[in-house]
Amino acid sequence: MTELLTSAELFGNVAPLLAHAADFAEGARPEHSATYGWLLLFTPLVGAIVIGLTWKKVSDRAAGLIGTAAIFLAFGAALACFAQLMGMDPEERHILAGYTYAQAFGVDFRFDIYIDQLSVFMALVVTGVSAMIHLYSVAYMKSDAGYHRFFSYLNFFVFSMLLLVLAGNLALLVVGWAFVGAASYLLISYWYRRETATAAGIKAFVINVIGDVGIVVAAYLLWTELGTLTIPSMLANAEDAFTVAPSPEYTAAALLLLVGAFAKSAQVPLHTWLPDAMEGPTPVSALIHAATMVTAGVYLICRMHPFIEISETATLTAAFLGTATLLIAATTALVQTDLKRIIAYSTMSQIGYMIAGAAAAAYSASLFHLMTHAFFKALLFMSAGSVIAAMASNQDVRRMGGFRKAMPFTYVVFTIGALTLAGFPFFSGFFSKDEIISYTLHRGGAFTVIAAGMYIGAILTAIYSMRAVFLVFHGEPCDEAKQLEGGELAHGSPVNPATGALEDTDVGFPGPDHQIAEREGEMRTAMSVLAFLAVVAGAVQIPGVTHLIESWLEPVFEDSRYAHDIPSIATQWIGLGVGAAIALTGIAIAYWTYVANRGVSERLATRFGRLHELLSNAWYFDRIYDAMIVRPASAIASFCNNVVERFVVQGIVEGATGAAKSGASRIRSWQSGLARVYALSVIGGTTIIAIYFLVLAK
Amino acid sequence: MDIVWYVALSAVIFSIGAGGLLARRSPLVMLLCLELMLNASNLALIAFARMWANVDGQIFALVVMVVAACEVVVGLGIIVALYRNRVAIDIDELDSLRDPTEGAISD
Amino acid sequence: MVPILFFIAAFGAIGGAVGVVMLKNPFFSVLALVGHLFSLAVLFLLLYAEFLAAAQLIVYAGAVMVLYVFVVSYVGGADEPLDDGGGAPRALAPIFGGALLAVLAVAIGASGLKALDSEGAELPAGFGEPAQIGDLLLTRFLLPFEIASFLLTVAAVGAVILARRRRGLEPIADETPTDEGSS
Repeated sequence: MTELLTSAELFGNVAPLLAHAADFAEGARPEHSATYGWLLLFTPLVGAIVIGLTWKKVSDRAAGLIGTAAIFLAFGAALACFAQLMGMDPEERHILAGYTYAQAFGVDFRFDIYIDQLSVFMALVVTGVSAMIHLYSVAYMKSDAGYHRFFSYLNFFVFSMLLLVLAGNLALLVVGWAFVGAASYLLISYWYRRETATAAGIKAFVINVIGDVGIVVAAYLLWTELGTLTIPSMLANAEDAFTVAPSPEYTAAALLLLVGAFAKSAQVPLHTWLPDAMEGPTPVSALIHAATMVTAGVYLICRMHPFIEISETATLTAAFLGTATLLIAATTALVQTDLKRIIAYSTMSQIGYMIAGAAAAAYSASLFHLMTHAFFKALLFMSAGSVIAAMASNQDVRRMGGFRKAMPFTYVVFTIGALTLAGFPFFSGFFSKDEIISYTLHRGGAFTVIAAGMYIGAILTAIYSMRAVFLVFHGEPCDEAKQLEGGELAHGSPVNPATGALEDTDVGFPGPDHQIAEREGEMRTAMSVLAFLAVVAGAVQIPGVTHLIESWLEPVFEDSRYAHDIPSIATQWIGLGVGAAIALTGIAIAYWTYVANRGVSERLATRFGRLHELLSNAWYFDRIYDAMIVRPASAIASFCNNVVERFVVQGIVEGATGAAKSGASRIRSWQSGLARVYALSVIGGTTIIAIYFLVLAK
Repeated sequence: MDIVWYVALSAVIFSIGAGGLLARRSPLVMLLCLELMLNASNLALIAFARMWANVDGQIFALVVMVVAACEVVVGLGIIVALYRNRVAIDIDELDSLRDPTEGAISD
Repeated sequence: MVPILFFIAAFGAIGGAVGVVMLKNPFFSVLALVGHLFSLAVLFLLLYAEFLAAAQLIVYAGAVMVLYVFVVSYVGGADEPLDDGGGAPRALAPIFGGALLAVLAVAIGASGLKALDSEGAELPAGFGEPAQIGDLLLTRFLLPFEIASFLLTVAAVGAVILARRRRGLEPIADETPTDEGSS
């Protein structure tokens, strides 16, 4: 009978698979079913595949609607997950579901999703903002020849982002992380015949891969230390691991995680790809390079917070580099002339706040800011897209002006976005940014310096964000604005805004027509929703009044050493007061400089020529990298091509082929085609080998 | 009888088969010689199975028989195909696999 | 009794083998092989391989050899001149066969297997009987058994494809051999 069982083992591998399938269908317990989680994850993927496969059959408009509907469904699934967690005991609010797809080296590689407060929070923000941006894109990309491709990529991006957020183990998170990078590459180089766009896509991808490598190595180190990659078990093991003094591996892993976070979140020194990424269509900038993907680094730090917190080196590195980023980006944004780049630098700057805040263990404050930032930054990009469309894709703010009358709706929502960014009292950005600052200040020590940097950044933020408003919407109306007031949308020749080169409007280039919010209902709807949220979202977390986000996320960050070491409500209100004063000062300075005394900025630029030059070139990071990395690398490459390839490799290859040829012609006569000669060779050879073994055996 | 007798007999038959394989020109007889060699190996396998009182060797011999039957079927199929195509059934004539640029080894 | 049977069977086996190699007419070679196989079956019985002895007789000496006989009569059992031609392989054949035998003899003689000089280990009940073989084939060796049967099927199909008439290569009307088998 036992032998019968052994033969049954041949087919034995099927049984666990079926068991997993049963798990998959039912979940461990009914109330812990992850059905909504799977639905949330896979709806965008299904959307991407359907749109991608039906591009010949389905009309443009239907494709846009399918894509948008998929994201709305995903948002509904995220809401369902949220409701499901709400129905559970607060201490038990987490679901881990999935199946094993491979076993090797004693490790189960599982396709797990982990639904807890943090991942549901992120999923809600991602799908919510994505839904609005999809809606906006339906109208905004109307005349583009690659409409289906656009929505397929966009849905794929949302899937990747959700995979990153919902991943139940670090290996799967790395997969999502890389997918997101790939989606970003595809969308930055979406206009693939435009050389500047493809170059920007490659740059973004290469820098992101540096981060991917960091995360992969960090995952390996954590795996060797903890013996698991499943996120809840890692976090559970972390406490045991840290009772002894943390080994240097943990510091290395924390720093490598930060490399990944910094590359994805465009923090100094891995930030140079983000301004170039503005080559992508404006909805892409709004979705990926403002609201969702670039905040993945913040998510990673929050998710892996015990491993970052354990290392003083890592937290200080993150805090100081985050602050450096926020200051460098804010000063750069002051003098940029490209509207989208101004907003891009402001994104870097705001993520600097989040990273530094997360490093200061102000996790829920950082995630709160992540949410409000997603709202107002997406809104700013959408409004900027509308303005750029009105300018016939010219993005130079020096040429813009006086759009206030021509585009009243865009003016209002852009101003709301800018005021929220500036931290105007009682708008959402006001609460979230000042919460980060007061938590950081409360940590004391080195973090006092960080908080001071944040305050400097806050005043710069107020100045540059209002500068954009004043330059674009105030002052003398430019030609395009005057035309638009007359009811005619400017229709310039298709040119590349970066180089001014003439382009086609065929597939691979932007479409011939431009859409502005004033004329497109979908764009107006999406922007109105986000503007409303940007204004009121702060109400969820007013010190002393509400603390929805903080109490929701509390169980996730309970194991943090600073979980209960928080500033008092009075301190927070003092912080809010200071923040309000700073924001209003900044706005006043901007008004004085760009409205009341036009021309002051030009005089300052000539007076401080060197400084202006430095800021205009974004602190010369690109030139430094060019000189230090790109040029040496290409010099080595051309040396390899000219010398190594031509003489060494060619020599080896030709020598090898020559030897093979001459050797082969010698022994070719052996191939007589006579079977008996072959048999002779076989028997003779066998005999010789047998003799060899007999001699050896002696 | 000691096992060594059986093994020695198997060696003798194997060598006869190998010698015959080299000596004969008819593919039919060469196939028969192959049968001899396979049977010699079968005898050795069964002798060793007896030596260890382990029946696995007999199973192995059975599998060898199956393989031998397959070889016979395919070999005879080739011979019939040769005959059908009016090719001389002489192993030394079947040298189309030789290198055409060199002169074939003459016999 | 056993030694007598062994030597009779052994001489029969060697004689059959030599006959296969030395006889000019392929038809007689086949008959010599049948004799050889019969002798081997006796040896198998002496080694307690009862099932294999039966299989040897029925499958090998019966079915497979009948196949040979059919093909020989179909192709024409032309005498092959043993001394004519053959070239280097023909001249080297005895030398190589002898060398192989010498090497094998040395290998057996110098073998460290002590059990070679015994009659073998104590046999369990039912050793080599059809019941035991059948049991093993359907349990422990199920996979090899199935693979072997699959191999047989493949070989049978392959043989049919090899030997079937190929249209376009030759006119199919004529089936009598013209230049073969008459010399």
